[in-house]
Amino acid sequence: MSEEGHHLAPVSPVEQRVAALEALLTERGLVPEGFIDEITRRYESETGPMNGAKVVARAWTDPGYKERLLADGTAAIAELGFGGAEGDHMVVVENTPVVHNVIVCTLCSCYPWPVLGLPPAWYKDPPYRARMVREPRALLAEMGCALPGDVEIRVWDSSAEVRYLVLPERPPGTKDMTEAELAGLVTRDSMIGVARL
Amino acid sequence: MLSLGLRPVRTGRVWLVDGIHDLGGMQGVGPVVHSPAEPVFPGRWQAVARALMVIVAGAAEVSGGEFRHSIERMEPGHYLTSGYYEHWLTAAATLAVEHGLVTRAELEARAGGWFPLSGPVLARPVVDAGPDVNKPRFGAGDRVRVRDWHPPGHTRCPRYVRGKPGVVVRVDGTHSVPDVEAHGAARRYEPTYSVRFDAAGLWEDGQRGVWVHVDLWDSYLEGA
Repeated sequence: MSEEGHHLAPVSPVEQRVAALEALLTERGLVPEGFIDEITRRYESETGPMNGAKVVARAWTDPGYKERLLADGTAAIAELGFGGAEGDHMVVVENTPVVHNVIVCTLCSCYPWPVLGLPPAWYKDPPYRARMVREPRALLAEMGCALPGDVEIRVWDSSAEVRYLVLPERPPGTKDMTEAELAGLVTRDSMIGVARL
Repeated sequence: MLSLGLRPVRTGRVWLVDGIHDLGGMQGVGPVVHSPAEPVFPGRWQAVARALMVIVAGAAEVSGGEFRHSIERMEPGHYLTSGYYEHWLTAAATLAVEHGLVTRAELEARAGGWFPLSGPVLARPVVDAGPDVNKPRFGAGDRVRVRDWHPPGHTRCPRYVRGKPGVVVRVDGTHSVPDVEAHGAARRYEPTYSVRFDAAGLWEDGQRGVWVHVDLWDSYLEGA
């Protein structure tokens, strides 16, 4: 088809384009029976922030584990059974009263799948990727995470093979909570670094 | 002249060299539309598009670099006006066509209309990857400067740090250089470093107490 032809032909709706590619690849025998449902199920139910929350809760309750987690994130996360694609080289960065960490991927959407699942839409869209490295203090405040001016901000752009996880501060008043109860307090956003607990 | 429509990209447009995906620092992009939680896939087609990329990448033995570059070659207007899974769909279809799994005519016949694909690869294939770098040239605390260059193909060196001075804070393992693996079967392995930049130096806007860390391959850096 010529370029002029493309200009005149309407763009096919996205659902029809997906169906077209799926049908052609299926006809060529490249789509194993049940593959799409299985891979979808895995991302919907097997990974997600509930994994990262367990890592954080363990670090809050076990000082030895926290030390290992900060020294070698990949190995310490594997102790809890989490690892694999986009989690092979994990670095965990710790929030303190005077340091706040936040993760971003300006070039695409790199994200620690084994501990946080697939990234939310806003993490992948242009505004977050463009602004978090340019005006993080203003953007964090806009997202409901206003930080005192003397808190240092460390932005981590996941541009190579390392994937980051933020270790949020343990909230006050949680001394008597169990590890499982603590895990229930840990939000996805606190582990990306766009919220504090 | 940057077209914001969905017209196919002609070969050789200079503006394709520094891709639209390289968003760090871009202004005027508006607010972050944040939600604290949402379904993993908003609908069925997004899940299918994602799975189809996995299938195409497997069938065509596509490297991580080639996969990312197939998204980066999208027409800029299309990239900015379509969501993440439409990027994956466009890239999967582009790679399927480029690797001979399907043709564009077949895609358009089935889809009942124009099927936008990513633009052509502008970089030459990499035949000789050059020697691996096994020993890190820099250590934590070393001052470095990012090379200021504009390669015609895939790179993982964001534009906003090119030419900027920084300090190495961490030396990571040795990894395949994306600039090489995106453009052929050759591979070169180099250490990567996490390099810290003072935001005030990146943007010259007087921010205080803000550090931006970027993970960079050895060949992106020179001593400072």
